[in-house]
Amino acid sequence: MSPSGERIEVLRKISLKVPKGQFVTVLGPSGCGKTTLLKLVAGLVVPSFGRILVDQIALTRPSCKLGYVPQAYSLFPWLTVSGNIEYGLRQLGTLARERQNRVDQMLSLVGLVEFRSYYPRSLSGGMQQRVAIARALAPNPDILLMDEPFAALAIEQRQAMQVALQSIWMKTGKTIIFVTHDLSEAIYLSDTVYVMSDRPGSLIGAREIPLPRPREIAAREGPEFFGVYKELVSLTSSSEGFK
Amino acid sequence: MGILHWLQRWLMAPRKAGKETESYGRRFLSQSSYLSLGSLSFIILVSTWCLVTYGGLVQPYFLSSPTQVYEAAHNLLVMQNYAGDIAASVIRIVVGFLASAVLAIPLGILIGRSQIFEAIFAPITSFVRYLPVPALLPFCILWLGIGEVQKISIVFVGVFFQLVLMIADISRNIPPELLEIAYTLGTTPRMAIIRVVLPYSAPLIFDGLRITLGWAWGWVMLAELVGASQGIGYMILKSQRYLLNANMIVGLLTVGLLGLATDLLFAGLNRALFRWRQT
Repeated sequence: MSPSGERIEVLRKISLKVPKGQFVTVLGPSGCGKTTLLKLVAGLVVPSFGRILVDQIALTRPSCKLGYVPQAYSLFPWLTVSGNIEYGLRQLGTLARERQNRVDQMLSLVGLVEFRSYYPRSLSGGMQQRVAIARALAPNPDILLMDEPFAALAIEQRQAMQVALQSIWMKTGKTIIFVTHDLSEAIYLSDTVYVMSDRPGSLIGAREIPLPRPREIAAREGPEFFGVYKELVSLTSSSEGFK
Repeated sequence: MGILHWLQRWLMAPRKAGKETESYGRRFLSQSSYLSLGSLSFIILVSTWCLVTYGGLVQPYFLSSPTQVYEAAHNLLVMQNYAGDIAASVIRIVVGFLASAVLAIPLGILIGRSQIFEAIFAPITSFVRYLPVPALLPFCILWLGIGEVQKISIVFVGVFFQLVLMIADISRNIPPELLEIAYTLGTTPRMAIIRVVLPYSAPLIFDGLRITLGWAWGWVMLAELVGASQGIGYMILKSQRYLLNANMIVGLLTVGLLGLATDLLFAGLNRALFRWRQT
């Protein structure tokens, strides 16, 4: 699929197949169009050419089956943590008791049980992103789309969130499409890494990450990790504009 | 005296206390210094007033003294049914303002969120907004006479067009990320107006109501200067004809205090209703 918006070609000849249950990362420099790619999959952007298929069915609009977690500051400020998490469930018409149960489930999944009545403005960035993840997961989507969700966080928070995300993924078995420009993050989290070039973004490489699960932080210092890292670094630095 | 003190404290409420560092180009003033300066200017004003009136520097019909004003207030309330005048003005403003708000809020939101509505309504509304209300007054009298409806319509015309465009602006500037998230959680663009736009804009719209209510007081007074038989503005006009300066000052103070009270009420309500906002 290669869409272009307003006479600017944003993405070129992108063709991706994501198997169910996999953790896939799209890696690319800033401005390469990876956010647009994710929004296309979410149904928020209409492609000029090509199409998106989910389970063989063409995608026409956003739905709660495609959970979406953007970079930052996306929580509804007028709702509490539990209000935010149950938003999608209310939309679906889930009954109050069921909603309550689901919210409790989500809160313990992301480790924020004590914060259910807090407003977003009282939460740190990391906590807000955890709520955003819980909110996207609450309606039980098949696929989770995450757009550089940890980019706005400090390094310690980011690492903690990566570990947390891996554990959430292993517990829930969702398909996750994750966008980032951080190579180390990509290798740590995913089964497959797709590398994009600078604008107009096209796929310049894909690499399976055969490292065993669950992956520990310490493994990032290990030789296998470093091997994959070096490979991908040479691939990415061959394209312009990469950090 | 206790009331004044409490009033002062509430007025000071939004200021953050105890900020230590000074920034270049902006001098920091402590809470007590702020209060002192504010009180000082107030005291100077009142002192000048006393000096000028008690000192016999001006004629009574030009400016009355504080004691005369107090006596006039007492006289008006007890013997001249001033309360009735106040009620008349308040009713006009409340009805006119509510009518404006009830129409302006939905229309403003629709104009802000729908290109179609914007194309149809925005140009006309913008144009009418520039017509000075005093210039529209003769038309209102011509079409509606000089009864209550006409007075209320002046308030309406003065508030409605400004409010619609204010609200349209507010609705237009919803962060798009919030709407996108709502879509991904299953909300249709239409439902999003109720589930996202409305709750997010509510405190801003409320503030717009507070501001326009302040203007509405002015419009009521204008309407009452022409062909009224009751009301604070009417009382002021009548007093002017009889050179009853003290009465005029009472009228001014009444409107001023009522306006201040509603302003504080709205500001307080805004804080109480929308605790989720950043302080």
